[in-house]
This record gives sequence, C-alpha cells and structure tokens, in this order.
Amino acid sequence: MAQNTVRNIKNQQRIEKHGTFARDMFRSKYLYLLFLPTIVYFFVFAYMPLYGLLIAFKDYNPYQGIWGSPWAGLQHIRDFLHSVYFWRLIYNTITINIYDLLVGFPLPVILALMINSVKNNFMKRSVQTIVYLPHFISVIVVSGMLVSFLSPSSGIINYLIRALRGKAIHFLAEPGWFKSIYVLSGVWQNAGWNSIIYIAALAGIDAQLYESATIDGANNWKQLIYITIPGILPTIIIMLILRIGSLFSVGFEKIILLYNPLTYKTADVISTYVYRRGILGADFSYSTAIGLFNSLINFAMLVLFNQFSRKISETSLW
Amino acid sequence: MIFQHETLGDKLFRLIRDVILLLFCVIVLYPVIYVISASFSNPLFVMKNEVVLLPKGFTLIGYEKVFSNPDVWNSYKNTIVYTTVGTALNVILTSTGAFALSRKDFKGRNFWTFYITFTMFFSGGIIPVYLLIKQLNLYDTFWVMILPGVISAWNMIIMRTFFQSNVTMELQEAAIIDGCNDLVIFLKIALPLSMPIIAIMTLFYGVDHWNSFFGAMLYLSDRDKFPLQLILREILLQNISSGNVEGPAADQQIVGESIRYALIIVATVPILLVYPFIQKYFVKGVLVGAIKG
Repeated sequence: MAQNTVRNIKNQQRIEKHGTFARDMFRSKYLYLLFLPTIVYFFVFAYMPLYGLLIAFKDYNPYQGIWGSPWAGLQHIRDFLHSVYFWRLIYNTITINIYDLLVGFPLPVILALMINSVKNNFMKRSVQTIVYLPHFISVIVVSGMLVSFLSPSSGIINYLIRALRGKAIHFLAEPGWFKSIYVLSGVWQNAGWNSIIYIAALAGIDAQLYESATIDGANNWKQLIYITIPGILPTIIIMLILRIGSLFSVGFEKIILLYNPLTYKTADVISTYVYRRGILGADFSYSTAIGLFNSLINFAMLVLFNQFSRKISETSLW
Repeated sequence: MIFQHETLGDKLFRLIRDVILLLFCVIVLYPVIYVISASFSNPLFVMKNEVVLLPKGFTLIGYEKVFSNPDVWNSYKNTIVYTTVGTALNVILTSTGAFALSRKDFKGRNFWTFYITFTMFFSGGIIPVYLLIKQLNLYDTFWVMILPGVISAWNMIIMRTFFQSNVTMELQEAAIIDGCNDLVIFLKIALPLSMPIIAIMTLFYGVDHWNSFFGAMLYLSDRDKFPLQLILREILLQNISSGNVEGPAADQQIVGESIRYALIIVATVPILLVYPFIQKYFVKGVLVGAIKG
C-alpha cells in the first residue's frame, strides 16, 4: 500500500515534470521559430565539418565518400610529425605569433590609455576615426599597397633607402624580411581597431574613483597605476588568454597573398601548408590530419591558459 | 571633475602623449593619402617617386583604365549583389537568433549558447568545409557566397549581450501582459531599441562581404561570378605568387602603375563613405561585455 503510494507520487511527479517541459517548450515556440535558422546553420556549417574530420584517419577518395573510404589510422598524423616540413611550419607559426604578440598586443593597450586621457573631445574623436580606419581596408588592397611601396624599382621605401645611399632591398623576395612585413602591416591595420575594447573598458571605470583620488592628492601617474590599470586588467587578461590560445594559428589570407617560393622558408605556416596540400594539391586526408592536429593544439592551449589565468588572477573565459 | 593646478610633470606627460598620438595618426594616414594622390597623378611621376603628398601632373587616366575594364564592372556589380543580399540575411538571422538567446525563459538556452560558442573555439578546418560545400552542390553557385558564414557566432554573442542589457525583461513582460507574442515583441520592441547594434552589425558584415576573397577563391571557378576582390588580386598581385616581385613587367609597368592606385581607390571608396556614419556607434560601449560572454 505504502509502496503503491510512493509509486503513484513518483508517477505524478514524472507527469508534472514532463508537463512543465512540454509547457515550457510550447511557451518558447516563437523563440524557437526565431532560433531555428541558427540551429540549422551551425549544424550544417560548423558541426557537419566535424564529421568530415574523420577523413584525417582515412584514405579519402571522393567516390567512396567519407564513411566508405578505407581507414588509415594515425598514419597521416605520423607522416606529418616526421615530415621534413614539420619543424619549419611549427617554428614559423610560433615565431610569427610571438613577434605579433610582442608588438601587436601592448600597442592597442597603450593607444587606448593615451586616447582615453585626451580631454579635448574633438581631438579624441578625430584620433579614433583615423586609427580605426585601416581595419576596414581589404587584405588584398593592403597587400597590393605593400607590393607597390616595397617594390625594388619604383617603391617609395626603396626610394628612401637609395636616397640615404643604401642599396635597394627586394623586400618580398628576402626570407629575412617576411615576418616583419607581415606583422608590422598587421599592426598598422589593426592596432587602432584592437584598442576599442580597452577604450570601452576604460569608459566603464567609475569616475568617482578619479575624483576622490585627486582630492587625496594622487597625480596622473599614481591614478594610472592604482585606478586605470587595475580597472582594465580583466579585459587585458581575457584578450591575452584569447591571444595565447591562438599561438599556433596564423591567419593564412595575407600570407597566401604575399608569400612565394622564395620566402616559403620563413613564411610558410601550418595553415598555408594545409591550403597548398589540401586545396591546391587535393591531398585531402593528409591536410585534414594536419588541420585537426592544429585545431587540437589550439583548443588545448586555450583551455590550458584559461585554467592558468583562473588560478592566478581569477579572470577567465569560462 | 575637479580642476587642479597642472604640475610641470602633467604638462610634459600631455605633450609627449600628443606627439605620439599625432605620429601614430600620420603613420596610419600617410599610405592612404599617398594612394589617393598617386591615383590622380601622372604614372611617370609616380614611378619616379616624385609624388610625395599631393598629386603631381593631375590626370584621370588611371580611372579611365579602370572603368574601361569590363572585368571590373562585372565584378563590382557582383560584389554589390553579394554584399546587399548577404548582409541583409546576416543581420536578420543574427538578430533573430540573438534575441532568442537573450531571453532567460528560452527553453534550452544554456545548451544552445554552448552549441554556438563551441564553434568559436573548435572548427573542422578548411578542408572538411571545402568537401562539404562540394557535397552540398554549392560549389560555383551564387549561394556559396552567401550561406557559409551567414551567422557569425561572435557577432551573435555581441548582439545577445546587447539585447540583454537594453531590452529588459520588465519591458517584455509588460508587452506579454498586453497580449503580444514573442514575434511581436521582437519586431515591435526589441528591434526599434537596437538600432545602434544593428548599424554596427550591418557595417561589420557588410565590410566582410565587400572585402572577402578567400571564399570566392576556393568556391568559385566561373569568372562571371567573381567578386571585385578577386579581380583586384589578379591586377594588384599578379606576379607575386610566381616569385616575380619586381612588380608588373617593364613594358606594362607604366600602364600598370596608373591602374593600380585608381583601382585601390575605386574598390575602397564605398567603405570610406559609409564608415564615418557608423563609426560614432563604436565607442558607445556597445561592444563592451561582449567578451565576457
């Protein structure tokens, strides 16, 4: 009897639980209608490619399809690890990133601090309008400008070098120059834009803090150290986590436009190699394996640094 | 703010700051001004590096060359179509999705947020996507320029955050009591309150479409469908992949020089025209909070 009652109550609870679930779903029906395209889009273009990653462990050929192609196990990843290009690709990918991290990461922070301290509104807005601008210029145009400016015969840079009695440099054919060209043009294009996030964070700092600090006699420098920097530190840390999390990935678009066999030695990174082997060489399985290897490292780096940051600074992405 | 007597140190600090900011602006602007001036200059002067700041030997020959090129016209038209159709769909789908995600009573909200953010940190990479596009028969179609990337996870999170803080639940509850359903709330309440973020999204997505070349390079083979950036690439960067970095071959060089700069201007002007109108929204803090998604 008692058991029956318990069972009855449990059943009733179950029904109620299902009832609320169904009711909630029904209540959300219009929200689901609005959200449906999002579900479909990410399923098709983000999750279906994850299934396609299977070919990293197969010898894919288009006629047999992803599932039908014969298994290859870890052979492709092993081949990549032993490939003559492996260390060169890793080295280039990391050094370009570190170069970019050292130059490209602090600059937006400094720029934001400087812009934020400008009191004259007209000047502030003009500087912002100017420094954000290059972000909106296409990679192709930036690359085209680089080719023109750096041309050994008619480029303005080499004109200056010659004017200073130097010898013209074939910038885009010299392996030694590639990383600088890549990183510095990137900084030119994005330093201003990347400062937005810090400017927004700076705007969020309570103005009263500065007022009371001024009353207490803190000068500009002290205010910077004790109010401003701590105020934007969480933002800086989050951006740093994201940046370090992508230490093993380099956007390939600009590299593909600017490199050539003469500069492969310093310019070829994992993503460009994947592009050449996969798309141009149609070596799908091998290049997918390299891409997967790269994605896994990136993901691991992100998790690792997020964990690390949570421990030392209590700031993290999740 | 309390005014205080400025110390010498503060004055010096300001002076140095202003000089650095000015220098920064010059570095950013100079290449842009140079390109504009060079596009209006006699190509011979450009080649001899006699154009420094202002146009020399004013001419429109570069622009004439650009506009008499049928490839440029056709690809320009294509880019306009891709950009308008693409951006419209981008903004519609991102805002509808973001609105649903912003609602605390959206059943399964946490799961769907994860469903989207996960894709920002782990992706299949270009090869599986490339094979998928071929499998879906999107290769070399109009839609391949629209559908992949039609929703950016990052933008959706930014927009969701905006809805959460600007379209409050109290407001929406009042509308529910008045008998509005969620579709009406979205159209009549959320959207009108969200014009700043919609303006920014339109700019972001629009610029992405206007400037993108990689998708077209991978997924299009029919020249008639090429967007402007691919034609730009052919003209601006034709020699570089073959290792000839000397610029255009000597006999075509003068013609080449005149067309290059004009082409850059023609391709970039639409963005430069729209940008100042939307730029004012950037600083309004709409982007803050986005990273702490």
